[in-house]
Amino acid sequence: MHQKIQFEVSYESKLMSTTATIPFSDVRVGMRARVASYTKDQPELRRLAEMGLTEGTEFEVVKVAPLGDPIEISLRGYRLCLRRKEADGLLIVVIS
Amino acid sequence: MPKLESPTGAQIARVALVGNPNAGKTTVFNALTGSFQKVGNYPGVTVEKVEGAFTQGGKRYHLIDVPGLYSLDVVSEDEQVARDVLAGTGTQESKPDLLICVMDGNNLERNLFLFSQLAELGLPIVCAMTMTDVAKDKGVEIDDAHLSRLLGVPVIRIVGHKGEGVAQLKDAVSHALLERPTASAIRTKLLSDLRDSFARAGYDYSTEQLESEVAHRPEKLLSDAEPFPEIQDLLTRIRSNQIEPRDRYKWAESITQEVVRVSEAHRIKRRSDALDRIVTHRVFGLAIFVAVMYVMFQSIYTLAAPIMDWIEGGFAALSTWVGPMVESNEILASFLTDGLITGVGSVVVFLPQILILFFFISVLEGSGYLARAAFLMDRSLGWCGLNGRAFIPLLSSFACAIPGIMAARVMPDQRSRLATILVAPLMSCSARLPVYLLLIGAFIEPRFGPAWAGFTLFAMHFMGLIVAIPVVLILNRRVIKGKRLPFVLEMPPYQWPKWKDVALTLLNRAKVFLKIAGTIILFMSMVVWALLYFPRSDADEVAYRSAYASLSEDVKQSISEENFILERQTENSYLGRFGKFIEPVFVPAGFDWRISTGILAAFPAREVVVPTLGIIFTVGSDADEESESLRSQLVSAKWPDGRPLMTPWTAIGLMAFFALCAQCMATLATVRRETGSWKWPLFMFTYMTALAYVAAVAIHQLSRLF
Ligand SMILES: Nc1nc2c(ncn2[C@@H]2O[C@H](COP(=O)(O)OP(=O)(O)O)[C@@H](O)[C@H]2O)c(=O)[nH]1
Ligand SMILES: [Mg+2]
Repeated sequence: MHQKIQFEVSYESKLMSTTATIPFSDVRVGMRARVASYTKDQPELRRLAEMGLTEGTEFEVVKVAPLGDPIEISLRGYRLCLRRKEADGLLIVVIS
Repeated sequence: MPKLESPTGAQIARVALVGNPNAGKTTVFNALTGSFQKVGNYPGVTVEKVEGAFTQGGKRYHLIDVPGLYSLDVVSEDEQVARDVLAGTGTQESKPDLLICVMDGNNLERNLFLFSQLAELGLPIVCAMTMTDVAKDKGVEIDDAHLSRLLGVPVIRIVGHKGEGVAQLKDAVSHALLERPTASAIRTKLLSDLRDSFARAGYDYSTEQLESEVAHRPEKLLSDAEPFPEIQDLLTRIRSNQIEPRDRYKWAESITQEVVRVSEAHRIKRRSDALDRIVTHRVFGLAIFVAVMYVMFQSIYTLAAPIMDWIEGGFAALSTWVGPMVESNEILASFLTDGLITGVGSVVVFLPQILILFFFISVLEGSGYLARAAFLMDRSLGWCGLNGRAFIPLLSSFACAIPGIMAARVMPDQRSRLATILVAPLMSCSARLPVYLLLIGAFIEPRFGPAWAGFTLFAMHFMGLIVAIPVVLILNRRVIKGKRLPFVLEMPPYQWPKWKDVALTLLNRAKVFLKIAGTIILFMSMVVWALLYFPRSDADEVAYRSAYASLSEDVKQSISEENFILERQTENSYLGRFGKFIEPVFVPAGFDWRISTGILAAFPAREVVVPTLGIIFTVGSDADEESESLRSQLVSAKWPDGRPLMTPWTAIGLMAFFALCAQCMATLATVRRETGSWKWPLFMFTYMTALAYVAAVAIHQLSRLF
């Protein structure tokens, strides 16, 4: 996993500090994380932003399905399931 | 804006119900309209159109249930349809006069995101806030009066299935049509931000001024903003209406913070989570899933069987009752009994299965289990381009493709839904079973024993599933157009299903299905009956009789006169002639005109193939799949040059043909109904028939190599 870690200026960060970001597909159950940025500007990823995964949004990883996919997360007071691969354009910052 | 006039001369207002999927639109719709609904399709697309009406204060309101949508920026087919309805484009209908924005009170941020887009349409809006009962249980308090002030439109709490807030909502709608409250959302906020920025820069504009100048003469504003990049940026965003989701969610967060109070109780983990630890567990979850599916399909078979027998019995009784009344006219009698009653009966008989399946689906959906099942199954179906929700439609199709195709409406993504519909009939339905049993009993079991017989039966059922995989892959790459969206699945909290909603769903499904049976299928049955019946003349019958009389006694022993005449009449019918004409096409598959005619006659409904073969092989039309005489006729049948007509391999080819071919007009009519056009049933018919033909030819030709 470590080679996937990238250093990037997170959108929300006013101090321009660098934060370690990982792609969404590397999340683990129980993780709290924040959306840092979108790697590509694909229209398909826009759907995720419309569902509330905008930059700066915090979420918690609730569950991974028995076969490894999809992943259930909790954000903005509701539960959303996503596929690892399809949300891969999403870079996140792990909070805890 | 043109308005419809009702017969009494009063104007009819058109009201559209808009909101996120699962926000409770249908529940509000049902509460407002009762059961006065019209279920149809938007032209040319798979999206269902539901309309209804209600009366308030002597005025009639026409209500449209717009497909659920997350965003007005068009990405999916549903969203395109919703947008067309709201903008009055794409169909012949005008814009609605008012929107009811249905908002889930538990999920205010995401629902406000959509509201912020709706607000920009410039139509009067009334907000209906649902799920407030659930919110209360969770200790979430919503200040709806304050929300209404912030949004600039009425906000009415409604719990549709309990009837709470329905009168208030109707009242608010009728007032809103007169007062036309305009919603204030993100655009209003951006305008006031712009006003403040200009004020800081020393320019004094009111928001109204800004609004009109942005729209009509932005030159002055642009030159004023020249030295201030921040103001320029705001101005560009307002002018281009390019407001990013990020901005909309920021606005939604600020509103939510002001109106929602969460007590400590909410921070405690949801009750649903405890249940989910078991229901989506990697062992128990799968076990529960298998158990639920088992109960569901077991019920479809066992509960439906007696009712189906009863329906079949009813139609048979109808035939025997009607037959003697029109005995004097042989054509009319045959038309009514063999054509009309049998044709419609053969379709109506599926109604119990459909209702039982939909009973389970609406209970599973209403309780929240369907989302869990999709969560569990997504991986196993996702790799070939479907998703977890395709599971129930495909599994149901093993019983009958018709309820399976109808069940595909649980899939919110139209692309996957279409792919699922198009492969559903490849699953081997119960109507194929008689063909398998007949041929396995004649060619496989006597020669290779019961183990191979069982294996063949299994292989026939498995073949459709295997063939479906490349078909889906190709469909998704080449045939079904549109962008592939990421799969998003909302996990709602568990709830008790609402029995009234379940009943309404069943009522609507039954209506829709019987309408198909009563129109398209009725018509097709008559056509096929005519092709099998005509031409028929007394002179011919006399000729057949004398031909029979001149047969040797041996032959007469094995064939009754009645069956002999029936065979000759069928052979001489338009369909029989066509079977002979088309024989060269089927020769590469090892089929002669008799089997070709059987195949042709089975296109309307594959289950008629066994009685048709019975007629053609002179054992009479009451032959069934267990009929020993039909089996021995099939085994001993010869080509004119004396070779045996069928080998075990031709039998396998014929079974494969039936396994893959689209021989069911009720299915095609259902696909037409569900996809809104003839394009998809035609496509389905073509690709399945081609597959079936190629498979039958390949099996026959390969068998000759060995
Ligand atoms: N407890 C509660 N459940 C509701 C309410 N409104 C809708 N539901 C349920 O929420 C689910 C989704 O509702 P539905 O009307 O089908 O949503 P639609 O997708 O927007 O049409 C159904 O199971 C409804 O029974 C409500 O006010 N309170
Ligand atoms: Mg609905």
